[in-house]
Amino acid sequence: MSQPVLDFVPIWTLILGVGVFLYVLLDGFDLGVGILYGFAPDRDSRNLVMNSIAPIWDGNETWLVLGGIALMAAFPLAFAIIIPAVYFPVLIMLLALIFRGVAFEFRYRDAEHRTFWDRAFNYGSILGAFAQGVVLGAFIQGFETEGRHFAGGSFDCFTPFSFLTGAALVFGYSLLGAGWLILKTEGALQDWARTLGRLSLGGVLIGIAAVSLWTPFLKAEIWERWFSWPHIAILAPVPVITALIAYWEWRSLNNRSEAAPFIAAVCLFAMSYLGIAISLWPMIVPYKFTLWEAASSEATQAFLLVGTLFLLPIILMYTGWSYWVFRGKVRGDLGYH
Amino acid sequence: MSLDPVVLSRLQFAWVIAFHFLLPAFTVGLASFIAVLEGLHLATGREIYFRISTFWIKIFAVSFGMGVVSGIVMPFQIGTNWSRFSDAAADVISPLLAYEGLTAFFLEAAFLGVLLFGRNLVPRWAHFVAALMVALGTLFSTFWILATNSWMQTPAGYEIVNGRFLPKDWLQVIFNPSFPYRLAHTVDAVYITTGFVVIGVAASYLRSGRFVDEARTMLSMTLWLLTVLVPLQFFLGDAHGLNTLEHQPAKLAAIEAIWDTHSRVALNLFAIPDEKAETNRYELAIPDLGSLILTHDPNGTVRGLKDWPADERPSPVIVPFFGFRIMVGIALVMLGVVVASLWLRSRGELFDARWFLWLCTLASPLGFVAVLAGWATTEVGRQPWTVYGLLRTADSVSPSLTGFDVAVSFAGYCIVYLVMFSAGFALMVRLIRLGPAEAAIEPDAIESGRPQHPVQALPSTGAGGRP
Repeated sequence: MSQPVLDFVPIWTLILGVGVFLYVLLDGFDLGVGILYGFAPDRDSRNLVMNSIAPIWDGNETWLVLGGIALMAAFPLAFAIIIPAVYFPVLIMLLALIFRGVAFEFRYRDAEHRTFWDRAFNYGSILGAFAQGVVLGAFIQGFETEGRHFAGGSFDCFTPFSFLTGAALVFGYSLLGAGWLILKTEGALQDWARTLGRLSLGGVLIGIAAVSLWTPFLKAEIWERWFSWPHIAILAPVPVITALIAYWEWRSLNNRSEAAPFIAAVCLFAMSYLGIAISLWPMIVPYKFTLWEAASSEATQAFLLVGTLFLLPIILMYTGWSYWVFRGKVRGDLGYH
Repeated sequence: MSLDPVVLSRLQFAWVIAFHFLLPAFTVGLASFIAVLEGLHLATGREIYFRISTFWIKIFAVSFGMGVVSGIVMPFQIGTNWSRFSDAAADVISPLLAYEGLTAFFLEAAFLGVLLFGRNLVPRWAHFVAALMVALGTLFSTFWILATNSWMQTPAGYEIVNGRFLPKDWLQVIFNPSFPYRLAHTVDAVYITTGFVVIGVAASYLRSGRFVDEARTMLSMTLWLLTVLVPLQFFLGDAHGLNTLEHQPAKLAAIEAIWDTHSRVALNLFAIPDEKAETNRYELAIPDLGSLILTHDPNGTVRGLKDWPADERPSPVIVPFFGFRIMVGIALVMLGVVVASLWLRSRGELFDARWFLWLCTLASPLGFVAVLAGWATTEVGRQPWTVYGLLRTADSVSPSLTGFDVAVSFAGYCIVYLVMFSAGFALMVRLIRLGPAEAAIEPDAIESGRPQHPVQALPSTGAGGRP
């Protein structure tokens, strides 16, 4: 490749990084709401739980499409290697998201099969979250490549480690979902969300601990990154801050604060995300290709950047407006009308 | 029998995109229709537009939800099954797909919530703007996805470096030779498809004497629209055909099942193309008409399939050949409906002629068949290439996939799509049976998850009326 005039890679890394994180948060909380949905005590509370995300889930899932396409546009080599390598988790995720997505309308319109669509919504959310966790685990483990292609088998991504990350993400999304429900509900239903939030937090902490202990043993590169001097001194605050946030989350689930459980859950996700980024930087196909090696041509990155910088703020504005329209508590007797 | 990952990946892609395509084919037109109705309601204040709009919004919600979830599948297909295509072509096509997401998906998603659930939460004009934005979003989406598809059909504005396509001129990439024709032809096609669904529904209400006012408005409005769009489609289709002759002559030869290059080509009305023998069986043809239609000159020369080596011809020829004939046949039926409607209108019998109402009802799914037939024609006609003439389909598939892998995923998509689409179809039929009156009585609540409400006294009429 010729010497770049302008290096767009850092800014695309930032856009993609923020985009994926936004997806994880946004679809994370509504997948989480879907996971908790299965534990809702009765039909009235199920209605409320589903209504709390009905007007916004579609926009949240749009970030998934954009994340996939942005990866393809900015780092096509990574897209061409990673996506076929996680063939089956992606398949499971897509099929699960289909069932979950149509359940919103179908459950309401198709009363005689309501139980079926209830389960579709619940199991679809669990499976979708789990499959995304498996993708994450496979990503941390790395992929077998040959030239510019994935050279392993389609089942390589299923390992004990990726199952662990899958389970951890299910708990993580539940925690976000519980935080969202605490924001959007009141009374007995909010207490119920707090209880499930505490259980989810337990799962999340076990998950974070297990993944953190396991990860340095997966790859010598990561061990080296974490424990060599001076890295260890610089990185030491990461687990400490995470523990403090976990304590804050626990306290806010137990007192009456309504926004703090969601915010603390977002912070926990941010710390985990940061931990992964620190461990793998500057790789986009872990241990094989850096962000720069996998980048698309400057012409491609420049062309898309112009529009993205112009359109992204507008998107955030009207997405914010649609959240504003549906602000406040979701209520059973009146709904939103 | 050995499982070939290339063949299975093609089948899987065809399956998921065919089902997905049915939804935009309906929702793009429906979104515009709803925006028009909301605009008319805002301008005239007439209650009937509100009732019709509310009714179609409910059907739109079901089909749009299905369109979204089946659409999420599509970009991942390109990665999971066609990774070598992604690696080769991503630099050129992925910004187009990304612009689809940026300009269309977020617009649709953000304003859809307001359109479906926000009628009483925002001022009337804002609800109309939401309808307009959703409609605009669907058209932006059509623009970008067809630019991408057209680039694969008639690539332009690129250079090839180390086996990868790199962009040279974005305007040429987007406005590649077949794009304007494909865009016009497809948008007209999806509008017509929606139009026929609307007149079919209206006609069945008129036949049974239900919702007569709403049905008359829908039927009359939509037939005027179709009176313009259906004849227009013949011109657009013809222009697109000339473009194909120029840029994809092998596809055109397959569409017409022409094997030998010569002038004064006959038009094959029917034939069974035999690829092994390189000839047609049971041919029924009109002399010279082929050249006249294809080149606008009875002496015009049309290249035959034998001009290309066997491994550079679209296969199976039978798909573009019959796909095209089904599409054109349906277009002629549609033209018949339009002509009949003009005649009946002039006699003042549009709403009363039972044979015509039956005809409209029976014709209501024809647009979908035509859209799928046209799509199969153009996509199979592109074979054996993913990027026409440059990158073979067989060289585009992910190298890591085994036939077994793809067989498993294909089975998964088959089962899930059959369940989802039949459930969705049944729901839409049920909503149509319930009809507009029922739809208007229901409150505009967050509907998913709401139990059926008892009948309320009055329809809600906008910002003031909180039921």
